[in-house]
Amino acid sequence: MTRLLTISDLSVAFDSDTGTVKAVDHINLDIRRREVMGLVGESGSGKSVTALAILRLIRRPGRITSGTIRFDGVDLATLSEDEMRHVRGARIAMVSQTPRTALNPVIPVGRQIARLFMLHGGLSRKDAETRTLEMLSMVRIPDPARRAQQYAHQLSGGMCQRVMIAMALATSPELLLADEPTTGLDASIAVRILDLLREMGEKTGAAILFITHDLGVVAEICDRVTVMHAGQVVESAPVRTIFHAPAHPYTRALIRSIPRLDREVAMEPIPGSVPSLVTPPPGCRYIDRCRFAIEPCGLSRPPLNAIAPDHLLACYGYDRAPA
Amino acid sequence: MSTRPLSPPSPLRARSRMAWRRIRRNPVSFAALSVIALIALAAILAPLIAPYGPDEPDAAAALGAPSWHHWIGTDMYGRDLFSRIIFAARIDLSVAFVATACALAIGALAGAAVGYRGGWVDDIAMRGVDSIMAFPAFVLAMGITAALGNSTVNVAIAIAITQVPSYLRLIRGEMLRVREMEYADAARTVGNPAWRIVLIHLLPNCLPPLIVQSTLAMGFALLTMASLSFIGLGIQPPQSEWGVMTAEGAQQIVTGEWWLFLFPGLAVMITVLSFNLIGDGVRDLLDPRMRGIR
Repeated sequence: MTRLLTISDLSVAFDSDTGTVKAVDHINLDIRRREVMGLVGESGSGKSVTALAILRLIRRPGRITSGTIRFDGVDLATLSEDEMRHVRGARIAMVSQTPRTALNPVIPVGRQIARLFMLHGGLSRKDAETRTLEMLSMVRIPDPARRAQQYAHQLSGGMCQRVMIAMALATSPELLLADEPTTGLDASIAVRILDLLREMGEKTGAAILFITHDLGVVAEICDRVTVMHAGQVVESAPVRTIFHAPAHPYTRALIRSIPRLDREVAMEPIPGSVPSLVTPPPGCRYIDRCRFAIEPCGLSRPPLNAIAPDHLLACYGYDRAPA
Repeated sequence: MSTRPLSPPSPLRARSRMAWRRIRRNPVSFAALSVIALIALAAILAPLIAPYGPDEPDAAAALGAPSWHHWIGTDMYGRDLFSRIIFAARIDLSVAFVATACALAIGALAGAAVGYRGGWVDDIAMRGVDSIMAFPAFVLAMGITAALGNSTVNVAIAIAITQVPSYLRLIRGEMLRVREMEYADAARTVGNPAWRIVLIHLLPNCLPPLIVQSTLAMGFALLTMASLSFIGLGIQPPQSEWGVMTAEGAQQIVTGEWWLFLFPGLAVMITVLSFNLIGDGVRDLLDPRMRGIR
């Protein structure tokens, strides 16, 4: 599979009164065509910022301080704002974590989708409306003709998310950024939304960057997983490897913190919290929470190296830890 | 205007239908709305309703007190006061409306652009607005008409200029709020150009306070116009206009022809009061604390 998106050495910083917050710190990430890449980490680990950086929508006081993002062979930073507008929505689309507030409250949902067809597809109003109804039935919204006339507040949360997905896929993007799309939905609806996303990805051939803090969701939908901690990528591997042979102590801790019903294993919360991103420790950022830290961990940042084919890891002491 | 619904605003159409229902339940606002509708209708149908022409002199009937022939009397040339007041409503309402509409259009567009853009553009625009608002509105209108010269168009321009800042400030504030909303981000993530985001996606979410403001502003525009005309800076006689007529009537008050002063003045007062009451009513409608009180 060929690479669709390659992020190399990306850093994003936010200027604040207390100093510069390095929200994303020299990360590398690649997404292949048609795959579902999970981006996992705690709140504040830089997942959403990464997605916004891909769309070049980091706004002041935030700024990209280093790195390149190549999409389909083109460095997105070299595009003019006008060219970038034709990438957003048309080739890279986004599904937000709060669909209800991401839909405009005073415009019927159908028209919001139709406008995309007119904006990026150059369709006439009539054709756009026809395509809108097709999209709405594709994401399995019952009675699409009626729903298209309604406003966001008249739809349920799950329905709003289906509308958002229809909207994101309307222009057949090559990459879909799904930022915690199941947050705020109850479990049964969330599962259906995940199935829908997976199915839509397969049907339209879009690759998906799936941002979440929920490893259960990752197991459900992803092909590969990248784990972020405190603005850095600590591990990246196929989903099977992440669950069966996690290498980084943080990844292992994340997996142990999943509550389980099938086994008599106590859920283990991860001690401590994400370190300050204003003055991060010089070495590994997980050091204070890590039970297996060794001397070099406190001195320099562990590089992201391949420890097996398709398995990247940034840790000095992983082989000391019991698997 | 400072109060905004905390709940997500409901769509305009459903909301306006609800507003209409509620305004009918509010007797004061409904009465005010009816008064304005009546005056507007009379103005449109003036040639059919008015018993005499507005400039039709009748020397024999000069300075006549209210009577069966002339319901609210005649002026010093014997012109029928009732007909003149009705014809005056045409110019008073249309100038107030045009001035308010222009101020609304300019203020809302500029305010939206400035509020969305932010930064130094916003700073400069707001300092400009501050400096215009530092003048009392009426003094500013006087100055503008004095500088431009007396004509109906210039009166409308003067009123519009005094009103632009308040719209600009209002919409700029609303824009600061809605541009941070997630649907604004969503509009950006799908590649809309800035002008589309502002005009199509965000401006419709700023409308409710604009409606209140423009209703109140209609009353103020009318009052400004009548006042300008009253002191001789606005519409000029012999054109029948409420302010002009009040001024003419004021000259006769010492000789006892009270109706010449009273009725044009009443026309101004009732119209302005009605606009203000409608504005208050609309404001109450949009106030979340009034929600649920039906």
